[in-house]
Order: sequence, then C-alpha cells, then structure tokens
Amino acid sequence: MLAKRIIPCLDVSAGRVVKGVNFVSLRDAGDPVEVARRYDEQGADEITFLDITASSDERDIILHIVEACAEQVFIPLTVGGGVRKIDDVRRLLNAGADKVSMNTAAVNNPDLVAESSAKVGSQCIVVAIDAKQTSPGKWEVFTHGGRKNVGLDAIEWAQRVERLGAGEILLTSMDRDGTKNGFDLELTRAVADAVGIPVIASGGVGSLQHLADGVTKGRADAVLAASIFHYGAYTVRQAKEFMRAQGIEVRL
Amino acid sequence: MTTVAVVDYGMGNLRSVAKAIEHVAPGAEILVTADPAAVRAADRVVVPGQGAMPDCMRELKARGLDAAVIDAARGKPFLGICIGLQMLFEHSEEGEVEGLSILPGRVRRFPRDVMAAQQLKVPHMGWNEVSQADAHPLWSGIADGARFYFVHSYYVEPASPESIAGSTTYGIGFTSAVARANIFATQFHPEKSAQAGLRLLANFMDWKPA
Repeated sequence: MLAKRIIPCLDVSAGRVVKGVNFVSLRDAGDPVEVARRYDEQGADEITFLDITASSDERDIILHIVEACAEQVFIPLTVGGGVRKIDDVRRLLNAGADKVSMNTAAVNNPDLVAESSAKVGSQCIVVAIDAKQTSPGKWEVFTHGGRKNVGLDAIEWAQRVERLGAGEILLTSMDRDGTKNGFDLELTRAVADAVGIPVIASGGVGSLQHLADGVTKGRADAVLAASIFHYGAYTVRQAKEFMRAQGIEVRL
Repeated sequence: MTTVAVVDYGMGNLRSVAKAIEHVAPGAEILVTADPAAVRAADRVVVPGQGAMPDCMRELKARGLDAAVIDAARGKPFLGICIGLQMLFEHSEEGEVEGLSILPGRVRRFPRDVMAAQQLKVPHMGWNEVSQADAHPLWSGIADGARFYFVHSYYVEPASPESIAGSTTYGIGFTSAVARANIFATQFHPEKSAQAGLRLLANFMDWKPA
C-alpha cells in the first residue's frame, strides 16, 4: 500500500536555513544540506526547500544548495519560492530538484502551470495554495504571505490548476500557519476531495496528533511541517511511529 | 575502469541518477551523455526519464539515440528507470506512441474509474511496496516488500509474464520491475529511494548477467 508521506520543510535565505533549527549534535544547524541529510536519516519521505530570499541577486544560491543536496540526499526534493518563469523551473530541475513549487506566479500567470507541466511533466509541478477562511465553508487564495486576497475561491483554484496540469497541491492554511493549533482540517478535506491529484497539508502543526489528523480527518496524501521537527521536539521517525500506531500506512 | 553511460535525451533530472550511481560506485566513470557513440562504448547503460512518453520518444530519436539504446539493451548491463522502463515496450496509451519494442507489451494509464471509486490520486506519488517475483541479483540485500519512491500515471503491462521482476498494488496490481537477460528496469526511482534504492544501484554496478 502507498504510504502517507511526511515532509519536513526548510526555509532557506541567502544559503542558510532560517527560522532556526536546533538539532542536537548537528555541527552547523544553518546548513541546508546538512539539515536535509539529517531528516533523510530520520526517515523523511521528501524534503521541501522554500527559498525566501528577498533579493534577486541571491537567487542563484539556491541552485548550488540543490546541487549539493542532490549529491548527498537520495530522497525527493521539492523547491519553491521565487519561481516566475519556465527557465526557473528548468534550472531548478537541472540542478537536482525533483519537483518545483509555484504560488504567486501561478496566480498571476496560470499559463505557466500549463506550459511548465507540458514541458517537464505534471509530476514535477506543484502548485502551492495559501488559503484563508472568509466565511463558513469558504476559503480564498492569498499571496504575499497572506496579505493579498487575489479573489479566487481556493477549491475552484485547486481544481483549475489540476486541469492546467499541476501534479500536486501544497495547501497551506494562512489562518493556522504558525499557530501550532493543527491543520485546518475542513479546508484540507474540502480540497483533497475536490481534486484527483495528491494534496499536501501544511500550516499549524504543533503535535504528532495534528499530523495524523491531517491524513485521517483531512484526507491529505502527505503532511508538511517545520518547527516541530526543527526544534527537536520530535523526530520524523517518532512521527511515523505515532501515525503507524493509529493505523496509518507509513514508511518505517 | 567501468564506464556507465547515463543516456541524456533532454528529459528529466539526470544529475540525481548520476550522483546516486557515483555515490555507490566511486571508482566508476559516469558519463551523462547524448552521444550515441559514447553509449555504445560504455560498459553499462542507464536510461532514466520522466515526463511524457511521446516527448521522450521524439527526443530520443531526434538525437539519434534510439538505435544505441536498442543495441545496449541487447548486449550489456542495462538499467531503465520510469520512462526508461516504459519505452522498452511496444506501445503506450500516453499519446498513443510506439516504444522501442524490445519487450512485448503495452503501457497503460491507471484506470480513472477504479481510481475514483477507491479515492486514489493520480499520479501514483510516493513510497510503495515492491513484491519481488524471484531472486534476481538486483534484489540482493533488499527485503521483499521494501518501499521505493514512485511518481507516474502510466504503468507497463508485459505480454510475457516471465519478464516480471516486481509488482506493486495501487488500486490495481501492476508490474513495477521487469528483468530479461541483461535488462533490468523499474517503474520506481532507485535514485530517490534512499537505502533500498542505493542498494539496487550498487547491485546493478556489480551485476554480471550470464
């Protein structure tokens, strides 16, 4: 049976992991490749790098990180942040990324989703959707870190990017992100049930039960988390053991 | 020194494949190459691939690599990965395109009705179990049922069951690895399958087909 995936997410800026990573016994907690390797050792199913570099001068740094990561970490790597054109997609894939995630660029230019999935294959194209609840049972798409409402219904947008050729959706609840109160399960389930492509739940994980709920109640195919792993509260292996004990299929 | 040609026809992430082989066989010379002569000269040949099968076939032919790949599949240790597995067969439903016809059989899409009824997503993406059909040298040291990383919407249906080396269940049972003589090919990505995948690549580098 296909396993539900657990995906640690690393925010990278100017070549370093930011937001802090406090593993014990890591020589350099800021080196993205070393952090990725540690998660691989713990049994992570994939790694996601989110490039939050503000300056375009520093954009190419992520390519070197991806190259170094592909030499040492032999699990799938998704890279997002700052992807604006098909050349950005190609360069990241050529550096060793397996999937490229796009968010604002997909909203501004939906053709980019169609064009890039036609060129490199749907399996490489992830559309990240940042959604915020605007009324009961309704969520809208936001960009710019949740500041800008772009006037799209999140569920309809998810269905549209599937038709455009996206291979996967990374769904983040802006209401829950950073709260440690758990995923927005209603949102996750609504989107997961509305599309035929895999959905990764993101935003709000504070406990292992939250990860399990994302799969069982939210019907996500994968769960993404950052801080609960970074600060050493739990290892990926502990998360998987917890989920298996609840009857969830995981790779251990 | 053993030379390995990783066939480059412009589709997909070849760097990861090359780096994973380099990791398990540091003494080998690994060439990512689009040159048919280099493919013919290599001791071992790896054909990766991702994306759409029609594009892959078109690019393979445009670069004059199809004949070199067919020759390699006839005579030297050969590893196909993902589209590199699918193109060994006669025909694919994806774009209704002809393959290299090295092995009898077809490539089909996961059936929409079966997938929808079981609420299974396509692409089949993630870590799934591979049941080994027999004791092939490439399975050496890998537990039967070990998980490998998959990402695909189409699967192969060999016409000769004896070529099935591994199978996997996702809504339906499908062939996830094939073997015949000097050919081994996988639907999953060993280069992205952590320890099990690295072991399979190491086994390929040690493989001496009869």
